[in-house]
Amino acid sequence: MSATLKPEEKKLKVVGTRPIRPDGVPKVTGLARYGADYSLPGMLWGKILRSPHPHARIRSIDTSKAQALPGVKAVMTSADLPEHKFEYVGPERVAVNFWHMTRNIMAREKVLYEGHAVAAVAAISRSIADEALRLIEVDYEVLPHVIDVEEAMRPDAPLLFEDMITRGIEPAPDKPSNVSKRIEFKIGDPEAAFAAADEIVETSFKTAPVHQGYLEPQACLARFDPDGQAEVWASSQGHFVIRALTARLLGMDIGNLRVYPAEIGGGFGGKNVPYVEPVALALSRKSGHPVKIVMTREEVFKACGPAPGSSMTVKIGVRKDGKIVVAEGVFKFQAGAVPGSPVMNACMCAFAPYDIPNVRSVGYDVVCNRPKTAAYRAPGTPVSAYAVESVVDMAAARIGMDPLQFRLKNIARPGTPTVWGPKHTHEGFTETIQALMKHPGYSAPLRKNQGRGVASGYWFNNGGESSAAVHVNEDGTVLVATGSADLSGTRASLAMMAAETLGIDYDKVRPIVADTASIGYGHLAAGSRTTFATGIAVVEACKKVIGNLRARAAMIWEVNAEDVIWEDGCARPAGGNKGRFEPLSLKAIAAKRSVTGGPIVAEVSVNAGGVAPGFATEFCDVEVDPETGQVKVLRFVAAQDVGRAIHPSYVEGQIQGGAAQGIGWALNEEYIYDTAGRLTNAGFLDYRVPVASDLPRIETVLVEVPNPNHPFGVKGVGEANIVPSLAAVSNAVSNAIGRRMTELPMSPPKVLHAIDSGRAG
Amino acid sequence: MSKHHVTATVNGDVVEFLCETHRSLLDVLRDELNLTGTKEGCGTGDCGACSVTIDGRLTCSCLVLGVEVEGKAIETIEGMAAGAVLHPLQRKFLEHAALQCGICTPGILIAARSLLERNPDPTEEEVRYWLAGNLCRCTGYHKIVDAVLDAAREMRRQ
Repeated sequence: MSATLKPEEKKLKVVGTRPIRPDGVPKVTGLARYGADYSLPGMLWGKILRSPHPHARIRSIDTSKAQALPGVKAVMTSADLPEHKFEYVGPERVAVNFWHMTRNIMAREKVLYEGHAVAAVAAISRSIADEALRLIEVDYEVLPHVIDVEEAMRPDAPLLFEDMITRGIEPAPDKPSNVSKRIEFKIGDPEAAFAAADEIVETSFKTAPVHQGYLEPQACLARFDPDGQAEVWASSQGHFVIRALTARLLGMDIGNLRVYPAEIGGGFGGKNVPYVEPVALALSRKSGHPVKIVMTREEVFKACGPAPGSSMTVKIGVRKDGKIVVAEGVFKFQAGAVPGSPVMNACMCAFAPYDIPNVRSVGYDVVCNRPKTAAYRAPGTPVSAYAVESVVDMAAARIGMDPLQFRLKNIARPGTPTVWGPKHTHEGFTETIQALMKHPGYSAPLRKNQGRGVASGYWFNNGGESSAAVHVNEDGTVLVATGSADLSGTRASLAMMAAETLGIDYDKVRPIVADTASIGYGHLAAGSRTTFATGIAVVEACKKVIGNLRARAAMIWEVNAEDVIWEDGCARPAGGNKGRFEPLSLKAIAAKRSVTGGPIVAEVSVNAGGVAPGFATEFCDVEVDPETGQVKVLRFVAAQDVGRAIHPSYVEGQIQGGAAQGIGWALNEEYIYDTAGRLTNAGFLDYRVPVASDLPRIETVLVEVPNPNHPFGVKGVGEANIVPSLAAVSNAVSNAIGRRMTELPMSPPKVLHAIDSGRAG
Repeated sequence: MSKHHVTATVNGDVVEFLCETHRSLLDVLRDELNLTGTKEGCGTGDCGACSVTIDGRLTCSCLVLGVEVEGKAIETIEGMAAGAVLHPLQRKFLEHAALQCGICTPGILIAARSLLERNPDPTEEEVRYWLAGNLCRCTGYHKIVDAVLDAAREMRRQ
């Protein structure tokens, strides 16, 4: 079942309908081309040699034997990539340090995790490339390693970087540590407020790192010509970002690199940054041949960033009437091998759902001998929300309030301050809670060993830089080109907004994802921004085209352009000329393009502001097997404020997918290391993502509180859905067994242990 | 490394190819026969993205060697539509928005067709268990299950 709550009657013809996606047929016939599906004449296969050690100094690398193997055309190491200055660039929340990035692409002084790239080869066949890897001799000095975040923070922990001084502490510490950064946000007076609170609930939590689990391993094809110009076919969430980072990592001009967007087989944040592209391009530069690299699944797990594991403590003070008066959270995140976990997001979003006058959020970004973490769907936020929403649930229980009522009483509204400064400005939070209160399932009775859990979650969403071009073809059909990768059906939503704006049929609009040389800059398809920000660019380009079409109609009618309006896909005479001429359709004007000024084209680039956050509230029913500790999710209902659903089926799909990933995060998924610091479950057999028989139907409630800053009211929908899911499942399991669960994943042994400790107690 | 000469039938056509002993059928399909619709998600038989049928039996093509298919009949996603007419499952996947990124879709379609050949009227639970070998990370399976059940309904009427 899917329900839609609409605050107003729509008067739209295309937006809100469910047409077939324009890129659908090639994806059901196998003809769509993903990252691994491209090839070129004379192409070589690239392969990457990876470290067997979690932490070791590289004394030397001897590639001579590999180089001498017949069929090997190039061998590279970090010596083939330029060194970079040590500096953090860009906004703090997403800062990048190329000194770190180039070391993560290919190790320099040290290897920092098992699977860290140390060298690469390009050969005429995969078998020869594999053999060449075995011939590379690396002399390692193995060093002590550290995997767990708490252990990495200890003063005697092995140091990944011997000179790393924690940022964000005044005065700066005089000793190096694995803590890259400390951040703190504070409003009000938490100490005084805790002293005055009626009830205080405090609990500590741990979560395991989880992988995005996109089904398509990283893959690319690269070609570097002797004149310095290059082309890359890459599966990524943003070919412009791949272009910028790859060019920088190779020390080449952006203008010399053209990146073509392959279809992308899932990303969820994990394909925001390059892994194979700089290596393939460096091998191509060295060999003079096109080079293709396709990662194995084991490489994906071991070397492409998972989401961080964490260690957290959350404390909440409440009044007897149910008002939360103070909250404090300490969030320690594993950054992996180089700094840059999303702990800042975690700190900012943790308490954002609620109106709490006194808040302190403290975050630590901690390096350890694991792969560098990458973004994963609302990066950092599901983790902090898991801790916060668990404690919120405990507080509701402590004072005897229904958990949804308790959340509703404390919900943030426009005007509520955030911990990072600005006040909330958008509606939509309360409506998601109210939607679930009204849901018949919320009051349905539960049986023995069953439990119900609720949780809410906030995510910023993103706007930013997008470009769109609209071409009116000779026959009145329309091409919409954007620079935004299509991860999940955004071609459809962008074409729908174009059709609605122009007043023509959806199937007269054909959208494409254009390469970096064919359209203006577009930022990542990430942060739930494509339908919002690129949508604005598309609508603005359509409006520009409409202005052009009106001017041409005016020319044909020999009237002033301001006396022509655009309505229902036609230019119509207005003002003093109203009714004087038959309307001219887009098709009719297109037919006269030559005599009215030539091709009808508009391109618009925006840096979209006015973003509205995502908000979701979910409830879930589980049944726990008291003999095995296995958890079965019986029902999952997710309400999300989507602003306006352009294509409701794909919006529902986002919510269902986010909830499913959240369920996997809560119950099954984790990186498991042995004592030697090696990942023991780098495959889908042992790293268990949910399969069809693990999951129930996921009911969606689309709450539509339009964003006034978007022409159709869009709020990003891709991420907010996963934010509450971990906590909703954990709260349900805790309620089912009568014991508070404080660690993810809640795999059967952990649940059984909790049940048994309850029995003993 | 010497190669083996293999003759097999792929989507009804006799094909010949050369392959190294250790290369999988998946590698052969993708790299020798240029049939890249069959996808590699794991290479270890855990994700189902490389699903094909061999003599009618649903198989992960990454777990079969190319040299093993001598004389056998292989069906891949490229042979699923009848010329320009989509298979009902393909059409229902589009109508139900049962794909997002689409990388798992070829494998799931092959697996679902195999289910409906054996059981034209599956329950939702039977669909979920049959497809348990095919991972999808985008959809939460909800719309995939709906599409398969709807296609089964339509195919029973025909």
